[in-house]
Amino acid sequence: MYISIIGAGLAGLSAALTLAERGIPCALISSQGSERAQSVLAEGGINAALDNMGEDDTTAEHFADTMKGGADLADPNAVKGLTDAAPDIIRRLEGYGVPFHRENGRIAQRNFGGQKKKRTVFAKSSTGKIVMSALTDEVRKYEAMGLVKRFCHHEAVDIDIAERDGRLVCGGVTFIDIYTGRKYHLDGRVILASGGLNGFFPGHTTGTVPNTGRLTALLFSKGIEIADPEFIQYHPTTVSACGKRLLISEAARGEGGRLFVMRGGERWYFMRDKYPEMGDLMPRDVVSREIWNVTHNDGCGDEVYLDLTVIPADTWQNKLSDMREEIRYQLGIDPVNEPVKISPGIHFFMGGICVDKCHRTNADGLYAAGECACQYHGANRLGGNSMLGALYGGLCAADGLAGEDVLPPEPLETGSDGGEVTTGFPDGFDGKLCDILLSGLGIVRDEKTMQAAVDRLGVLEREDLDDTQRQRLYLGKAMLMGALLRKESRGAHFRSDYPERDENYRKMTVAKYKDGGIDITYRDIPELEKGEA
Amino acid sequence: MEYTITIARQRPGGEKYRQTINYESDTDKSIAMVLTEINSRKLYMTDKQATPIKWECSCLQKKCGACAMVINGRPCLACDRRLSQWCGNVIEIKPLGKFPVIEDLVVDRSVMQEELKAVKAWLDSSSRADGGEVCYEASRCLQCGICLEVCPNFAPGDSFFGMSAAMPLTRLLRQMDDAQRAEVSKLYSRHIYEGCGKSLACRDICPAGIDIEDMLINSNALAVWKRIRKK
Ligand SMILES: Cc1cc2nc3c(=O)[nH]c(=O)nc-3n(C[C@H](O)[C@H](O)[C@H](O)COP(=O)(O)OP(=O)(O)OC[C@H]3O[C@@H](n4cnc5c(N)ncnc54)[C@H](O)[C@@H]3O)c2cc1C
Ligand code: SF4
Ligand code: FES
Repeated sequence: MYISIIGAGLAGLSAALTLAERGIPCALISSQGSERAQSVLAEGGINAALDNMGEDDTTAEHFADTMKGGADLADPNAVKGLTDAAPDIIRRLEGYGVPFHRENGRIAQRNFGGQKKKRTVFAKSSTGKIVMSALTDEVRKYEAMGLVKRFCHHEAVDIDIAERDGRLVCGGVTFIDIYTGRKYHLDGRVILASGGLNGFFPGHTTGTVPNTGRLTALLFSKGIEIADPEFIQYHPTTVSACGKRLLISEAARGEGGRLFVMRGGERWYFMRDKYPEMGDLMPRDVVSREIWNVTHNDGCGDEVYLDLTVIPADTWQNKLSDMREEIRYQLGIDPVNEPVKISPGIHFFMGGICVDKCHRTNADGLYAAGECACQYHGANRLGGNSMLGALYGGLCAADGLAGEDVLPPEPLETGSDGGEVTTGFPDGFDGKLCDILLSGLGIVRDEKTMQAAVDRLGVLEREDLDDTQRQRLYLGKAMLMGALLRKESRGAHFRSDYPERDENYRKMTVAKYKDGGIDITYRDIPELEKGEA
Repeated sequence: MEYTITIARQRPGGEKYRQTINYESDTDKSIAMVLTEINSRKLYMTDKQATPIKWECSCLQKKCGACAMVINGRPCLACDRRLSQWCGNVIEIKPLGKFPVIEDLVVDRSVMQEELKAVKAWLDSSSRADGGEVCYEASRCLQCGICLEVCPNFAPGDSFFGMSAAMPLTRLLRQMDDAQRAEVSKLYSRHIYEGCGKSLACRDICPAGIDIEDMLINSNALAVWKRIRKK
């Protein structure tokens, strides 16, 4: 039996390392090398209740904050595993040599949204890059030993899913060498770690172009369940630059930055006013919605600014120098002297492939981890929990395969498909799909706009589409239908026609594709297992 | 403003040709955005057989190294360079010259990974030092290959591996145990120290702004002179 991991970001590398450290071989397939994965963009940091800042932080509080931030929609047993494991994950990263920021010899921690205690471990605002460099080096050791067989510039194009005795079973992966066009198949187990659905919103997300979501759409069309697709995180502080949404990390607010809007000729620091306790560090869904509210309020200006001029000089120097440099370069202004005009932008997909707490999907032998999976974040992800979720998810998925009899991967060459290197641009269909999804899945939603979007999708569906386009269309439809049918407001899903939370909807949305139609059902959120409290 | 953009192209079979595209833009844009637009607006259709321009990208914000290419003679990241950064309106784009071209502007930089394997760029045992600022700086290397492009001493396949191999080692040498350091120091001397002609052509070219010279002084001190530089 073989194991293939698709994707070499944090989740994929974590899975590969977990296997390799136990002497289990795997194939690590990714369309680009790890240096190019979206994980290198993560800025602000990773959460773990190390309690290095003398605030009596505990894993129980990390658990409680994650559940609350996710508006009680996450699986508490999975979250418990995550938050309990977090301190060990940081220690593991320390062992790999990640140069986290330190104060007085100990790993320092900063404030991040939705958490009252300093819990976020960081390396300036380049945490993702610095962690990825160390993990890439660590995996290289096992590449040299022959335990991890890397297939960089290889794109997974198909995953076999068959039905056997009434159950779906994963039969392996087909992938293409983008450089030569050669096609290979590797049967056995698959861990999918292919990242979020940026490709559904080209140019409108903070993430990377190559995370097309193509595999998620393909799997959906083959009967793999998608959970909570309606929950899309808009990060409150992004700017439109360089052909995408450029993120200004939450670390900026964690270090003292504050949001304001002009009202009656004066600056109104609305977050501090409305939420005296957490202020600008409320969870992202709340901040983005408040930005929407104030800019749609007649008494206020149309623009919201992030005022970073209050951050002390030594903090800029020691913790945010890279962020300052980036803002200066990309926007041509120095945030030390001048507020930055921001607006919310799509940043993270809470929904994705439906997995249990061991990261198993509804097909035997297929696992999903990282941003492609729906786990840990409920209706809204806390900053710093996604790197953690990707690392821990990769570990859990690999753990699940540890008992099997695994052979070194020997892919079978099955032909040639003509190489297809990325051209960095979406085709006309993707633009249309994006337009429709954006129109229905904004920060504030209502029946009318969502129904209109579904209707427009219906028109697009009647066009002459290829298989890939059709699969993408269905997944887009699942996002819209999930949102339309959830008649309440919770986390990142806010409806002006149902502005309150409704406990009847404290359930996970499960979308399943069958015979050209999409079934939306709801699954209860499990209780915290006994002995786990 | 109207720009004349010439692209050195190559078909998968190896056939080379140049294509000139007239491109108009009222605003300043990164070359990555220009390439995206040329493809999405089908501006490459200067004749019937024309195909989209192949180039590699990912982050679009100079953090992943994917889009390295040569623009007006200078190796750089396409997402890092803007139209306004050159005087005049003629822009010439070529793939990096030191690596095999796959198609158009896409090159195969696998040799960089192979070289990192050859110098054993990893930790045999758990890290011995927190690393501090030097390790942080060295970890920022994008593995873009731009420093190799300008280096007079680097050619793929030669024994000198260049600065893209030296950067990860700058961190790792500080953190590895003594036995591994002794072994890796020999590899470092052979593949980095001895081959570096100190031309410093790479000094000001790194798109990540890494102070390559300073990193090199650090790793030389450890691997060759056997002492730790305080910093
Ligand atoms: C700007 C930015 C800042 C962020 N900051 C933070 C932060 O401070 N803290 C935090 O916790 N989170 C942060 N996040 C979120 C976090 O970085 C991501 O959610 C996380 O890194 C995702 O990791 P991953 O391993 O799931 O996927 P990715 O890192 O996206 O990797 C996906 C991998 O899949 C490969 N792939 C995709 N499709 C295919 C295919 N068909 N075939 C083969 N390979 C394929 C890609 O090449 C890549 O290797 C941030 C995100 C962004 C965009
Ligand atoms: S040192 Fe700089 S130029 Fe060289 S590969 Fe690294 S990031 Fe690129
Ligand atoms: S696309 Fe990532 S550096 Fe240019």
